[in-house]
Amino acid sequence: MRDVTSILLVGVGGQGTILASKILTIGLMEQGYDVKMSEVHGMSQRGGSVSTQVRFGEKVYSPIIGAGMADILVSFEEMEAARYAKFLKPAGKMVVNTTQIPSLPILSGACEYPARIIDELKKHVSVQVVDATQIAAGLGNPKGANIVLLGALVGALGLTEIDWKEIIAKTVKPAFADVNIKAFDAGLAAV
Amino acid sequence: MKKLLTGDEAVARGLYESGVSFASAYPGTPSTEILENTAQYDEIYAEWAPNEKVAVEAAIGASMSGVRSFAAMKMVGLNVAADAMFTFSYLQINGGFVFVSADDPGMHSSQDEQDNRHYAKAMKIAMFEPSDSQECLEMTKEAYHVSETYGVPVMLRMTTRICHSKSLVTEGPRQDVPPVPYVKQREKMDAVPAISKQRRYVMEEREQKLKAYAETSPFNAEEMHDTKIGIVAAGAAYMYARDVLGDRASYLKLGFTYPLPLQKIRDFAAKVDTLYVVEELDPFMEDQIHGAGIACHGRDVIPGIDELNPNIVAAAILQQQRQGVTIPDTYVVPRPPALCAGCPHRGFFYALGKRKDTVMVGDIGCYALGGSEPLNAKDLAVCMGSAFSVGHGLSHGFQMSGQKKRVVACMGDSTFFHTGINSLTDVAYNHSNTICVILDNRITGMTGHQQNPGTGYTLKGEPTTLIDIQTVVRALGIQHIRTVNPLDLQAMNEALDWAYAREDEPSVIITRWPCILKKFSPADQAEFDLSMQPCVVHTETCIGCRKCLTTGCPALRFNTQTKKSEIVASDCTGCTLCLQVCPVQAISRKGDK
Repeated sequence: MRDVTSILLVGVGGQGTILASKILTIGLMEQGYDVKMSEVHGMSQRGGSVSTQVRFGEKVYSPIIGAGMADILVSFEEMEAARYAKFLKPAGKMVVNTTQIPSLPILSGACEYPARIIDELKKHVSVQVVDATQIAAGLGNPKGANIVLLGALVGALGLTEIDWKEIIAKTVKPAFADVNIKAFDAGLAAV
Repeated sequence: MKKLLTGDEAVARGLYESGVSFASAYPGTPSTEILENTAQYDEIYAEWAPNEKVAVEAAIGASMSGVRSFAAMKMVGLNVAADAMFTFSYLQINGGFVFVSADDPGMHSSQDEQDNRHYAKAMKIAMFEPSDSQECLEMTKEAYHVSETYGVPVMLRMTTRICHSKSLVTEGPRQDVPPVPYVKQREKMDAVPAISKQRRYVMEEREQKLKAYAETSPFNAEEMHDTKIGIVAAGAAYMYARDVLGDRASYLKLGFTYPLPLQKIRDFAAKVDTLYVVEELDPFMEDQIHGAGIACHGRDVIPGIDELNPNIVAAAILQQQRQGVTIPDTYVVPRPPALCAGCPHRGFFYALGKRKDTVMVGDIGCYALGGSEPLNAKDLAVCMGSAFSVGHGLSHGFQMSGQKKRVVACMGDSTFFHTGINSLTDVAYNHSNTICVILDNRITGMTGHQQNPGTGYTLKGEPTTLIDIQTVVRALGIQHIRTVNPLDLQAMNEALDWAYAREDEPSVIITRWPCILKKFSPADQAEFDLSMQPCVVHTETCIGCRKCLTTGCPALRFNTQTKKSEIVASDCTGCTLCLQVCPVQAISRKGDK
């Protein structure tokens, strides 16, 4: 367990956590690590919160983590960072995208989206804020926030020895390779 | 080269490598992707069956014909298929027969948390439990070997974390397996009392042989380190224990778990100071180990409810509590799943939710979400295909006990074909006044868009006979049938009024509109207006009454600053339900006047 790194990617259904974690796991595998990835399908995809767990190291046993086991939490949405914070080690790192997606009780006006979430997170843990959605939009690729966040995650973990551009190029459709590599570089530069 | 595969993908690969010829299933999370991936191999005939019992029966027939066959289901599916399986356990195996039961501890996507390992014992069959994707592949291959060597159906018991976790897999070549020529052997294959009585002895003998196999199976192995703690575990539970305890414990890792290798467990127990059985859900292994007079801990320290994880094991065995980062609850608002923007079910639930003295019976599928706020249109649900028969019983009970309630029951198109036809037969045959609604969205929705007998396509994407729901309903003897577009609220309400007026007779409403997320077939495009022009709110007209928000559409939001509703253009599919609900015509479709 000592040499295993645990990553938790969280967000809202449709934000592209699955593609980001797919690229991540392929890169780690090709680097020679043992890798496990776990996600939940089905009911939880209907606009609910989604989470993907990626663990890598010399030998990985459990595909999942419990509370206080993640070394890094990448949240594609602000409130989801707070929801899943309990899975993060107290000395762990958080990468948070400054995007707010209201859930149904908020849409209907039953309650408000919590204010100043990132300020609160910073009181408890090391937080790296990334304007991934805006960065992606600035690159003319509003759906590319997931790859910006992948770049930020790679930067935060110092996994720069892996040739991520090649992995991205062979994982996504050729027409999208360049925009995704740009998004990845922007994310890497943001941390 | 290694590949990262889910357990489901690895089982499919295992079927390919085992030379399997025939595979059948009904979709169900977390097992669905097994057949979806099996269908990618041209060498395997793979099909969706209308339900799990049919899938198992078809696979039994294929096995009897002499080829290797397979069926897959989620755990509740085995309840449906159990009738066939219990008896098949008595019969001769020709081609190897293996099936997957995919259990869902923690109920990520299920209505109950049953532990299907009990079925292996009750059916007196053999069981493997893989703990990662490589084992999913290898145990699938070994399962066929065991099935044919011992003449036994084999259960490959998986759980959500095994089905949906990815890990590294080394693939191998396909083994060509010659078919076993069919020979009439009535004394081995005709389940009638005189023959089954003889077969009981064969089963008992088989179980003794399987006990011997369990003791020598390469999948049941000791892993000795420090001997103060000894762990007996299988499947995901082994991975959690191994992760937490590392070399501080010794392990007896079990992959073949019914019948259990009790001698091996006894020998292992003698080598360690304290023995723990780490297992998820029921004390299936623990009870047998206790029964054999071997002292062990299990359910006394590990809870039997919900999914296990490494932390639970750490707390139980090492008394270690792991703490994460704590953020006050005030920073988190729930994010419940909801019907998608443009979901045709929304129109039905919106119309029905307004009706008084109505008891609404739901079923298993996306429409389970019709019970949530703000639609709040459902009272109860039980299991696949049950809505109409449960509704029938409720309706009779209400009448006999003088409670003035009208029962409306609904299920989807795929669920209707699954077991809803039986349920509607009861309604028709026994003159129920239950209003039965078939929510026909032209696909199996919740599990991720699988074809079904009503869509006109097979699992492999080939055109096939389309079974028309209205024709089936009429053939069952239902006289009163209406088909409506549920997103046309006036038509939906008229259809409900029409059905409510039939107080002494059964009536069926078919709501027909495609799931907005499905890949539309040429027939869908010809039948439905799928232009999907989004709707817009005219803020100068909007009075901020929030009526549109009562549809629960995730594309709508209330701006608390301006006190007006807004529509997110990129999420809106132009279903127009909000437009129809608005009392002041403040919403229109883009492009319309």
